[in-house]
Amino acid sequence: MFYREAGQFKTTYPSDMAVFPIAQDRIGLGLILAAAFILIPLFASDFILSSVMIPFLVFSLAAIGLNILTGYTGLISLGTGAFMGVGAYACYKLMTIFPGVNIIIWIISAGFFSALVGIIFGIPSLRIKGFYLAVATLAAQFFLQWCFVRIPWLYNYNASGAIEVGTRTLFGIPIVGPNATPEARYYVMLCIVVALTWIASNIVHGKIGRSWMAVRDMDIAAELMGIKLLDTKLLAFAVSSFYAGVAGACMMFLWYGGGEASDAFNINQSFLILFMVIIGGLGSLIGSFFGAAFISILPTVLKFGLPAIGIPLSGATAEHLIHILVGALIIFFLIVEPHGLARLWQIGKQKLRMWPFPY
Amino acid sequence: MDASVQTKTHNLAKGDTLLAVDNVSLSFGGVKAITDVSFDIKKGEIRAIIGPNGAGKTSMLNVINGFYHPQQGRITFKGETRQKMRPYVAASQGIARTFQNVALFKGMTTLDNIMAGRTLKMNTGFFWQLWRHGPAMREEVEHRHIVEEIIDFLEIQAIRKTPVGKLPYGLQKRVELGRALAMEPELLLLDEPMAGMNLEEKEDMSRFIIDVNTQYGTTIALIEHDISVVMDLSDRVVVLEYGRKIADGTPNQVKNDQTVIDAYLGVPH
Repeated sequence: MFYREAGQFKTTYPSDMAVFPIAQDRIGLGLILAAAFILIPLFASDFILSSVMIPFLVFSLAAIGLNILTGYTGLISLGTGAFMGVGAYACYKLMTIFPGVNIIIWIISAGFFSALVGIIFGIPSLRIKGFYLAVATLAAQFFLQWCFVRIPWLYNYNASGAIEVGTRTLFGIPIVGPNATPEARYYVMLCIVVALTWIASNIVHGKIGRSWMAVRDMDIAAELMGIKLLDTKLLAFAVSSFYAGVAGACMMFLWYGGGEASDAFNINQSFLILFMVIIGGLGSLIGSFFGAAFISILPTVLKFGLPAIGIPLSGATAEHLIHILVGALIIFFLIVEPHGLARLWQIGKQKLRMWPFPY
Repeated sequence: MDASVQTKTHNLAKGDTLLAVDNVSLSFGGVKAITDVSFDIKKGEIRAIIGPNGAGKTSMLNVINGFYHPQQGRITFKGETRQKMRPYVAASQGIARTFQNVALFKGMTTLDNIMAGRTLKMNTGFFWQLWRHGPAMREEVEHRHIVEEIIDFLEIQAIRKTPVGKLPYGLQKRVELGRALAMEPELLLLDEPMAGMNLEEKEDMSRFIIDVNTQYGTTIALIEHDISVVMDLSDRVVVLEYGRKIADGTPNQVKNDQTVIDAYLGVPH
């Protein structure tokens, strides 16, 4: 009843081509952003900020990255974890080599190193497709993971092999390191995610996004229309790895705050992010957020939510139960809507447009 | 449609040879798809390529726009002779095509499909694409105007924002024609544009093909099985059988050619 575009006329092409052409959507987005920037830091506890919201944002960023590659361009990759690792180590090296430069700059720059590595491992994609490409990207995963452990230069020859994160500040406020408050880290993370999501949305709604989807849907027709397959695919690899790299750097510096990095960027991480993209919805930016929320927040919510409503859970049983529950929910949602939560969201919106007079 | 949609000024006059195929042979391993075929397409004409199934018609189109590389022969397009075409070169030189089995981008809307056809004409850099403002947005709007002209021309306004995967077959074919037109081609290759259509849809499609030819002066090479459509539409017809050219000429000449009749009706051995 309140959600319909009746009466909203478009008189210019730019307004018709807007990402959110319906006014209600724009208001909704404004409310979500307001909640994220004001309400959550105001009311959420440190625990929620650092164990729910920051991981959610990190995974959203990584999922957007993989969605660009898998959802928009149709190239399956199992190397996301490794590309995130490249970002984390690149950021670490840059930070220690040039300690004077602000850490935010290095977090973003780390993405470019990751993009470069992504391009190199994306070269086979011209000839290899589908599951075979997935296996080829596995090579990236294993090779890079090997580098993270065996090349001590990457972790500055620390005896522990861990990334050590010192305190870094922005406008005098510590945002990275042991002294950084969850609020500060959350705000930095949120700004990065909002900015990069906006850019991703710009890219996928323009010429580049159309070429990506053209390659995904019918590569022969795309090629005969003059879209260069290799360039398009490598650009997708580069942008995707950029996002993964920034997510990896954020993960290490804004979430973990240092530590044994080689474990964080293993094959499990790659799978986890691929699942987020599949469950959230391939080829949908909002789906990346849904998927990240589903897989990263749900276990935490179950773990602490179930005891809160009186279901006693403890120790190993809890872990196992949560695995079972999350698994069951994944299957449930995929049966209900094989195209992911984003499609479910779309159908919901469509229903809402009709409600309460569905004719 | 305004002048911006029309094909750019070119030094070829109507009636000059736009494309010539000389002694092209194409084989896949031991299978000879095309054997020593030569023909030409003149600027501004509708040229039909016909023949029984498996005659090598689609392979011929694939050779012309660079998807297949012939083992022998030469292709001359706009005065430039090549041993083989490359898809990118063919597209940027002004060859567009539609496909026998619809090859649209199924996940995208009609509008996006046709906009994708403009990709080669859009040249704002990556930097501006990141912001979707300034030059990038101006360019989008400019090309949207042209795309809307094509949408009007093909009378598909109502399905502008529908994902093409959901459209009925006849409309998909029409969108595909729109996508090819968006490239402002000089030579438009149509691979069975009327396959699987009913009479009304065929009439519509024929009208569009004639309009494209007369309004924009686009040269059209057409593969079609419906002989009556071919005879009505085309200026000249080339007939292939088993990868060889067996006849070439006006529809009337071809219709009365004994080898063509034999190829279609069969001959007692």
